[in-house]
Amino acid sequence: MTVDTRIPAVSSLAQNQLPRATTPVLLVLSLAAGAGLSAALGFSWAWFAVFFIVLFAVVNTTVSGVVEGRRKATDKLVTTLVYTAFGLALIPLISVSWSVVDNGLERFGADFLTTSMRNVTGLNDQQAVDGEAEFIGGAYHALLGTFLITGLATLISVPIGLLTSIYLVEYGRGRLARAITFFVDVMTGIPSIVAGLFAAALFAVLFGVGTRNGFAGAVALSVLMIPVVVRSSEEMLRIVPNELREAAYALGVPKWRTIVRVVVPTAISGIASGVTLAIARVVGETAPLIVTAGFTSSINSNPFSEWMMSLPAYVYSQAMRPLSGSVPEPSFDRAWAAALTLVLIVMLLNLIARLIARLFSPKTGR
Amino acid sequence: MTTTANPPPRQATPAPRAKARPGDRIFSWSTRTAGVLILVVLAGVAAFLIVEALPTFQADPAEIDGGEGFFSYVWPLVFGTLAAAVIALIIATPLALGIALFISHYAPRRMAQGLGYVVDLLAAIPSVVYGLWGIQWLAPRVQGAWAWLADNLGFIPIFTGPASATGRTMLTAGVVLAVMILPIITAISREVFLQTPTLHEEAALALGATRWEMIRMAVIPFGRPGIISGIMLGLGRALGETMAVAMVLSTGGFTWSMVTSGNNTIAAEIALDFPESSGLKTNTLIAAGLVLFAITLAVNMFARWVVSRRKEFSGAN
Repeated sequence: MTVDTRIPAVSSLAQNQLPRATTPVLLVLSLAAGAGLSAALGFSWAWFAVFFIVLFAVVNTTVSGVVEGRRKATDKLVTTLVYTAFGLALIPLISVSWSVVDNGLERFGADFLTTSMRNVTGLNDQQAVDGEAEFIGGAYHALLGTFLITGLATLISVPIGLLTSIYLVEYGRGRLARAITFFVDVMTGIPSIVAGLFAAALFAVLFGVGTRNGFAGAVALSVLMIPVVVRSSEEMLRIVPNELREAAYALGVPKWRTIVRVVVPTAISGIASGVTLAIARVVGETAPLIVTAGFTSSINSNPFSEWMMSLPAYVYSQAMRPLSGSVPEPSFDRAWAAALTLVLIVMLLNLIARLIARLFSPKTGR
Repeated sequence: MTTTANPPPRQATPAPRAKARPGDRIFSWSTRTAGVLILVVLAGVAAFLIVEALPTFQADPAEIDGGEGFFSYVWPLVFGTLAAAVIALIIATPLALGIALFISHYAPRRMAQGLGYVVDLLAAIPSVVYGLWGIQWLAPRVQGAWAWLADNLGFIPIFTGPASATGRTMLTAGVVLAVMILPIITAISREVFLQTPTLHEEAALALGATRWEMIRMAVIPFGRPGIISGIMLGLGRALGETMAVAMVLSTGGFTWSMVTSGNNTIAAEIALDFPESSGLKTNTLIAAGLVLFAITLAVNMFARWVVSRRKEFSGAN
C-alpha cells in the first residue's frame, strides 16, 4: 500500500506572486521618473503624461512577466490600457464642459437673454473692447426662435409618432407594420443635413425657391424627431402587461377606450420622458436650421414668414462670422454664452425626462 | 362544376362577432393613417431630393462647379466625408471600448453608475458646441502636433507638409468627430457588456482565467454584435455630422494630406454653401445630399445585417 505523496500541480497563477504593494510603488516611481524626464525636456503636461504612462506600462508588465508569468503580465497591461483609455477620454470631455462654462459665463446673464442683435454692429463691439461703450447684443431672438421651432416640431411629431407606435403595438400585423418598422429604422439614420435639404426642397417646390421660415425648420426637425418618438413610445407600450388589456376587454371596454384609458396611461411616464429626450436631441440641431430657417438679427415671432434665428444657428454665425473682423472677441463671447444657454436647456430637458420617469411611473405595489 | 354556385354555409350560425364601434373604427383608422404618413414622408424625402437634384444631371457638365460635371465635383467630397469618418472611428473605437470596459468591469460599482450617467449626458451635447470647442480650444493646441507629424513623418502621403498654421485641418476635424461619437459607442458597448450573463463570467474566473481572459472569452464574444452596431451607429453619425466639420475645417480642394487645410465633406459643403446658393448650385448641393443619404443608408443597412446575422450565435436572444 502506497500513499501518494506527490505535490499536486499548482497553477502558474498561484505561485510566484508579487507583493500587493508592487503596483502602487511602481506607479509612484514612474510618476517621479516621468516628471524628471519631462522636466529635462522643458516641462509640459503632455510629455509628462506620455512618459509616465509608457514607463509604467513597460515596467509593470516586465516585472510581472518575469516574476508571475505571461498571463498575469497581459492582464496587467490590459488593465493599464483600459485606465489610460478612460483617462485620455476624460481630457476632451472635461475640456468641452469647462470651456463652455468658463467662456460662457463671461457674457451669460439677464441682459444676454433679453436683448436681440438688432442694430448691433462691429462698431459697437469695437467700442466695447476699447471701453468706450457698454457691451450690447444678446440672444433673445435666437432663444425665441428655438422655442417656437422646437415647439412646432414637437406639435407635429408627437401625435404622429405616438399614434404610429400605438398602431405598431396594438393594431399592426402583416406587411404594413413591417414596412413601417423598417422605414422608421431607415429614418433614424437620415443625416440631419439631409432632413434640412428635404424641408428646403419641399418648401421650394410648394412656395417658391428660397423660401425660408421657422415652419420649414420645424418640418426638418420633425423628420429627425418622429423616429425617436416612435421608437421610445413603442418600447414603452410593449412593456404594458397584457393582463391589463385583457381585464379591460373582459369588462366590455371597447378597444380604443382600452388603449386611451388603460394602455397609454400605464406607459405615460415612459412616453413623456422619451418625448422630452427627443426634444433634447433636436433642440441642438444646427445644420437643418441653417438651410431652412436661415439667420437674422431681429426678433421674429411669426414662424410662418421671414427668416428666423435659432440658438444653434446663433452660435454658428457668431463664431464663424464675427461682427467685427478686427475684434472678434465680443462675438466669440456671445457664441460661448449661447452655447452655454443651449447646453443648459439640453441638461434641463434630460433632468426633466428623468424626473418624469421617476415620479409618474405606475406603482407596481411590490 | 361552377365556382359561382352559392357555397355551402360553413357554419349554421355565425359566431357572434363584436360590433365594430365607430370609436374603434375612427381610432384604428387614425393610428394607421399616422403610420402611413411616415411612409409618405420618407417617400417624400426621397422624391423631393431626386426631383430637385435632377437638373444637375441634365445640365451641361461645364456649368457644374469645377466645370467637369457632377461626378468630378462630388468625388473629392465623398473622399473627405469618408476620410473624416475613418479618422474619427480609428481614434474613437479603442477609446470607447476602453471606457465601456472601465465602466462595466474595472471601476468601483458606485462610481460606475455616475460615469454612465455622465456619458449619456455628453451624448446629448449639441454638435455646434463641439464645433465651437474644436475651433477655439482644440485647433490651436493640436497645431504643434500636426507640425511635428509633417516634419517627421512627412514622407507618408497623409502627413505631407507644410502643416496648417491654424490647426484647422482634416485631422483636427476627425478628432472632434471622434470626441462626438465617443459617448455613442461607449453607451452602447457598456450596455451590452453589462448584459453579459454573470454565470459566464464567474465560470471563466472559476476556471482560473485572469480578468482580461474572462473579458476576452466571456464578455467580448457575447457583446460583439452590440459593439459592431455601436461602431456602425457612430460611423453613421460621423458621416452625416455637419457642424463640427463645417466649423473646424478650413476647406479647400482635394489633397491627400490630412494636416494641411483643404478637403471638405458633403455635409459641410452643403451647410457652408446652401444658404447663399441659387440656381444650378442649389440643385448640385441637393444631389450631393442624395449621395450622402445613399452612403449613410448603406452603412446603416450593413450594420443591421451584421447584427441580425450575429444574433443567433450571441446567446443574446
